Amino acid sequence: MELIETVFVRNNVIVAFAVIGVTIWVSYFFADKLTHGRIHGSAIAIALGLLAAYFGGVTTGGNAGVADVALLGGIGLMGGGMMRDFAIVATAFGVHLSELKKAGIAGVVSIFAGVIVSFVVGAVIAIMFGYTDAADITTIGAGAVTYIVGPVTGEAIGASDAVITLSVAAGLVKSIVVMIGTPLVAKHIGLDNPQSAMVFGGLMGTTSGVAAGLAATDPKLVPYGAMTATFYTGVGCLLGPSILYFIVSAFY
Amino acid sequence: MMVYGVALLSGCLLLGMVIGEALGVALRVDANVGGVGIAMLFLVFASNSEKFKTLTEGAAGGGITFWSAMYIPIVVAMAARQNVAAAVDGGVLALLAGVAAVAVSFALVPILSKMGKGPASADQEEQGAA
Repeated sequence: MELIETVFVRNNVIVAFAVIGVTIWVSYFFADKLTHGRIHGSAIAIALGLLAAYFGGVTTGGNAGVADVALLGGIGLMGGGMMRDFAIVATAFGVHLSELKKAGIAGVVSIFAGVIVSFVVGAVIAIMFGYTDAADITTIGAGAVTYIVGPVTGEAIGASDAVITLSVAAGLVKSIVVMIGTPLVAKHIGLDNPQSAMVFGGLMGTTSGVAAGLAATDPKLVPYGAMTATFYTGVGCLLGPSILYFIVSAFY
Repeated sequence: MMVYGVALLSGCLLLGMVIGEALGVALRVDANVGGVGIAMLFLVFASNSEKFKTLTEGAAGGGITFWSAMYIPIVVAMAARQNVAAAVDGGVLALLAGVAAVAVSFALVPILSKMGKGPASADQEEQGAA
């Protein structure tokens, strides 16, 4: 037993390939047999991943989901930012420039609209919960932008640790809701062509959420949504501790 | 050679990331501004260009499509390493803020998509490109 464990831990990335492969096989099997293809296999796989991440986090007390379980440490590398970005860029292979140009302006507008709208929603909810300090309200609003913008903004304007943690949680909730919700609402919001995918990426912004949400909806849309989404966090970090904070400060 | 495509992909990502990082420094932002998006543009340019044919066609192209196909497995692994426990622990405020931000953003997708459909949108039907 110990022998097997040693081998698995030493080759943890290979273990990750095998585990993820089996997970996807099971997910596609259920998607086909139980839902008759109505739910995308990758949507089930992503949901299983999130569920496993929850239990991993609860049992280990770590912050990397199932990757904190020693045997599954390789999932941390396989699903980490480096591999994710590498694969996202690869999806752009074969994309036609003309498709990108069509939604160019709408894509750029959607990035700014997305950051501002999410911020306002987050800030309003913070106020509803009784927060009256401008730094706190701004940080929670920034957390609703993404879980990176929250702490970057909070640290820049001197919010408390508790509020920064809260902003990360808000951003995590957002990213998970986008992962699960996108395939469910895709039809209703017209998310079925490259142009609306670019607008979608710009509005949602969470790279992980958009990456998984579109993968579960229609993998062909991934490069378009990812293209705009990757600018979102930068724009959020730009606006959060500056203009948005100044505006909130004017009221509180 | 398959590795030519992989190397091109790596080059695009590294170049994009460096530019994104430099943009972050220039804008005094503690984040990479669009590095991945810029890298994707480089790959789009390369795959639409005659000059890069040896790096994008045949077996070399296979090196890129392999990673493109690994996208969903990598995203599943990414989901499995999210800090879901912390999101659940965030309480009602975090939950409400996250859900409401997504709901409002979802509602804006059709509105902004329409905005993008200028006069050039007559050929909207024949999309669904690679």
